[in-house]
Amino acid sequence: MANTRTTPSGTPTNVSQKHAQGGIGESTLRPDGTLKVTGEFAYSSDMWHEDMLWGQTLRSPVAHAEIAGIDISEALALPGVYSVLTYADLPAEMKNYGLEIQDTPVLANGRVRHHGEPVALVAADHPETARRAAAKIKVDYRELPVVTDEASALAPDAPLLHEGRDDHHAGHVPHPNIVHRQPIVRGNVEEARKRADVIVEGEYTFGMQDQAFLGPESGLAVPGEDGGVDLYVATQWLHSDLRQIAPVLGLPEEKVRMTLSGVGGAFGGREDISMQIHACLLALATNKPVKMVYNRFESFFGHVHRHPAKLYYEHGATKDGKLTHMKCRIVLDGGAYASASPAVVGNASSLSVGPYVVDDVDIEAVALYTNNPPCGAMRGFGAVQACFAYEAQMDRLAAKLGMDPVEFRQLNAMEQGTIMPTGQVVDSPAPVAELLRRVKARPLPPERQWETAGEGADVRALPGGLSNTTHGEGVVRGVGYAVGIKNVGFSEGFDDYSTARVRLEVIGGEAVAMVHTAMAEVGQGGVTVHAQIARTELGVTHVTIHPADTQVGSAGSTSASRQTYMTGGAVKNTCEAVREKVLEIGRRKNGSYHPAWATAELLLEGGKVVTDGGEVLADIAELLEGEEPIDLELEFRHRPTVAFDLVTGQGDGHVQYTFAAHRAVVEVDTELGLVKVVELACAQDVGKALNPLSVVGQIQGGTTQGLGVAVMEEIIVDPKTAKVRNPSFTDYLIPTILDTPSIPVDYLELADPNAPYGLRGLGEAPTLSSTPAVLAAIRAATGLELAKTPIRPEALTGTL
Amino acid sequence: MDFLRPASWEEALAAKAEYPTAVPIAGGTDIMVEINFDHRRPEYLLDLNRIALLREWEVGEEVTRVGASVPYTHIMENLRETLPGLALASHTVASPQIRNRGGVGGNLGCASPAGDSHPALLAAGAEVEVESVRGTRMIPIDEFYTGVKRNALAADELIKAVHVKNATGPQQYSKVGTRNAMVIAVCAFGLALHPETRTVRTGIGSAAPTPIRAKAAEEFLNAALEEGGFWDNGKVITPSIAKQFGELASGACNPIDDVRGTAKYRRHAVGIMARRQLVWTWEQYRGTNGRTLEGAA
Repeated sequence: MANTRTTPSGTPTNVSQKHAQGGIGESTLRPDGTLKVTGEFAYSSDMWHEDMLWGQTLRSPVAHAEIAGIDISEALALPGVYSVLTYADLPAEMKNYGLEIQDTPVLANGRVRHHGEPVALVAADHPETARRAAAKIKVDYRELPVVTDEASALAPDAPLLHEGRDDHHAGHVPHPNIVHRQPIVRGNVEEARKRADVIVEGEYTFGMQDQAFLGPESGLAVPGEDGGVDLYVATQWLHSDLRQIAPVLGLPEEKVRMTLSGVGGAFGGREDISMQIHACLLALATNKPVKMVYNRFESFFGHVHRHPAKLYYEHGATKDGKLTHMKCRIVLDGGAYASASPAVVGNASSLSVGPYVVDDVDIEAVALYTNNPPCGAMRGFGAVQACFAYEAQMDRLAAKLGMDPVEFRQLNAMEQGTIMPTGQVVDSPAPVAELLRRVKARPLPPERQWETAGEGADVRALPGGLSNTTHGEGVVRGVGYAVGIKNVGFSEGFDDYSTARVRLEVIGGEAVAMVHTAMAEVGQGGVTVHAQIARTELGVTHVTIHPADTQVGSAGSTSASRQTYMTGGAVKNTCEAVREKVLEIGRRKNGSYHPAWATAELLLEGGKVVTDGGEVLADIAELLEGEEPIDLELEFRHRPTVAFDLVTGQGDGHVQYTFAAHRAVVEVDTELGLVKVVELACAQDVGKALNPLSVVGQIQGGTTQGLGVAVMEEIIVDPKTAKVRNPSFTDYLIPTILDTPSIPVDYLELADPNAPYGLRGLGEAPTLSSTPAVLAAIRAATGLELAKTPIRPEALTGTL
Repeated sequence: MDFLRPASWEEALAAKAEYPTAVPIAGGTDIMVEINFDHRRPEYLLDLNRIALLREWEVGEEVTRVGASVPYTHIMENLRETLPGLALASHTVASPQIRNRGGVGGNLGCASPAGDSHPALLAAGAEVEVESVRGTRMIPIDEFYTGVKRNALAADELIKAVHVKNATGPQQYSKVGTRNAMVIAVCAFGLALHPETRTVRTGIGSAAPTPIRAKAAEEFLNAALEEGGFWDNGKVITPSIAKQFGELASGACNPIDDVRGTAKYRRHAVGIMARRQLVWTWEQYRGTNGRTLEGAA
């Protein structure tokens, strides 16, 4: 797999410390890599405590019902059962939680609103006993009609999911079953439409994708002697959990001590609370450690999914290929509880134009409350659904104009200085046209290799793979392109800070740095990057990473492509302050021996204090010998943002934009409707690659997740009952290695002057453009319109 | 749940006689999924892993005897010449790890219409050797599948082996799933040419309540081949014969709409697979197999 890296000249980054072994820019290896590959890594589900009990959740088998009664007596009577809890047992006045809106009951209060909602909890001395006890709880459900889509949510007699809403969106939404609505209006679409020579309208459907992380929700709650609780858990944001957990336990936050345990992937699915509160409640009720581990089936009910969406788009263009206007309406299904829906609405609306210059827009995005499974954060967060639709529109416009789809995109591509529909100016590099050029310039993989390969021909290269469904019959190649825009960091005025504590001391005659943050390492490689930053900024070799916990300030969420920017930025920021302390000590101790201490710019490199001219002034370890350790904890903030205006959608709402482009090459068995993605090339601007190996890994992972929702991944919800039909890896399919094509990566490093080291958050952007590129390639192969993703064989063969 | 661990075949038969509800487990690739998902909690599990004879196979003059626990990997690696259809089917089973554990006995015992080996066994022609403390009997494969996840075994019987006719002509097997590996069959099709009897046999998976043969398609093709003297003159199969064979195979299906696929798609896909396999096998029979991919088995 060819990976190329390009640093255009004349784009300086703001690195002051230059030469560090194992510093930024090197592909240092992940400390957890070998352990994970060899199966030795301790995940949160591997924890064990003497005397511990096992917690089990009883979940609703129906999507919408009143609970007329719960009888726990048989469950309690089972030997080995220590506790059975229902809503009536909740200890505090606060009985709900939620990321932004506290609308989610810890346990159902007389009503369930979605399939799989938690109703009761059991703690027992064996997981099997806990399961059997949960099955003995008798719940009297009185089923209610289900709300499953926009029509049923907004019908005159629609049941309200949340009556008497008083959240901060309640006042401006047109209907109480709408969580949040964000319009964005700029220019004049009616006037601009008159200039259009061609108009393309489309209606698109995006299916419900699951994060499908491999380590199911799990954790261990240990009751403390002070009446508090220690919680070891796999999550994405310790402090956000803490803020939601403590009030429903009736405990002050300092009595809930959280430590991150081994996380087996997240992708947004661990932003919301799952078993955290339940395990703590059981531990406090029994005064024993309680472990909870969801199995795969329960995991599908234990976390939110990507919002399925209906997207209605109208674009116009002049005959010379300039976009005139865009009008769109994006309807996201938020399911039964709010989760991250309001922020997803903000993203979907503000990024709905894509990376294109369109001055006249009329945009509306809403998220619905329905009885479908709750939806919230997932890699790409609202921008994914929009990209799928606007990129299909771009291909249709180009076709209608008789233009090359890449050239048409390049003609309308945004660049530095472009104004977003929100009025925000894109004030750092936006190499959209260049990214497209790069993926297009790659040579295409050879065609029909199964005919030319002779003896080496392999059915695994064909659609259907090992299933031996074609030897070339019906197979047609298609090529498609897409490009996307994603924001980095939390937007719309959110105080999105991170905190890093750095301690520098001499141990055994060597200067050793310790980096302590609450950043959740979910596989993104933050622990690797933090050590690289500390080596670069402090010139030391030995860096230890303290376990992430709530004994240090918040690091914010491991999401929104933000952790390298934010907690990486926080580590850099604190290291700089620590460096100043080292230099202060140096000046105090040695200042009188050399004038450079006062006059030169000083750096820490290779364990020494050196001048910018390279003269060594002191050894860091010798300087710090006998001194108290330098130990600082500082917060770091990105530039402030503002909320989008609720009527016009105007406002500098985003921190940073990030761009990726893909070219997909597919081979489709047009008779059987089976797809083989042959190659999925990506070009992305990453600002600065702190760890090139991790950069390529992130891009390939995001690309593959986008491929998944193009050709197979979908949670299927029965529209009549709102019940999930495929909660298993037998029927919720994710790509295997045989479905994963070659993914050549070409990354640019165009510095963003506002960001630490000029870096650009990168984890999500490839997930955007991968899906529409694959769809475009399948459309090219089949000639079908394909307005829904994921595509199914039925859609390609007219057998729906 | 009690776990019975007989050390010998005789002990296993005795245990099954004593506990007729006991569920036999060998590779566990099916039953363990059901247990893990809480779909099934058998009172007794009967572990057959200590019984070595179940892992033995023997290639005879006309028939190959495959022990119930012979893993799919062994079938792929060792029986490709004699049982090509079953070898191809084995290669579509799940992942390498699962293929190292699972065997045909489990497929037959569960009798799921989606079991990968059934169409190959139906097409090749096979008999299932079952035994109880009362004695041994051979059940023809055509009589083995009696309903959705039901088979012709008596409560005290265990599957010992399957006797599959050695290939005397080309065989093919295809399975449709919505990803390129590790997937449950949306539908499957197997075809075997039997030149010695001048007949063909077929098998369809996942497109009816049980694995079935496409008998009308077989009869049509047998007649058409005979009529046109194809077996002797080795002519190319005409597109109209291939098309009608596919349509009749399609018509044999009695599928359902479910989360994995629509009934309409299953019928359609079985027809396509049947048509393609007829061309592949016939070209091979004609001896022009120069550019025919045979799958990676």
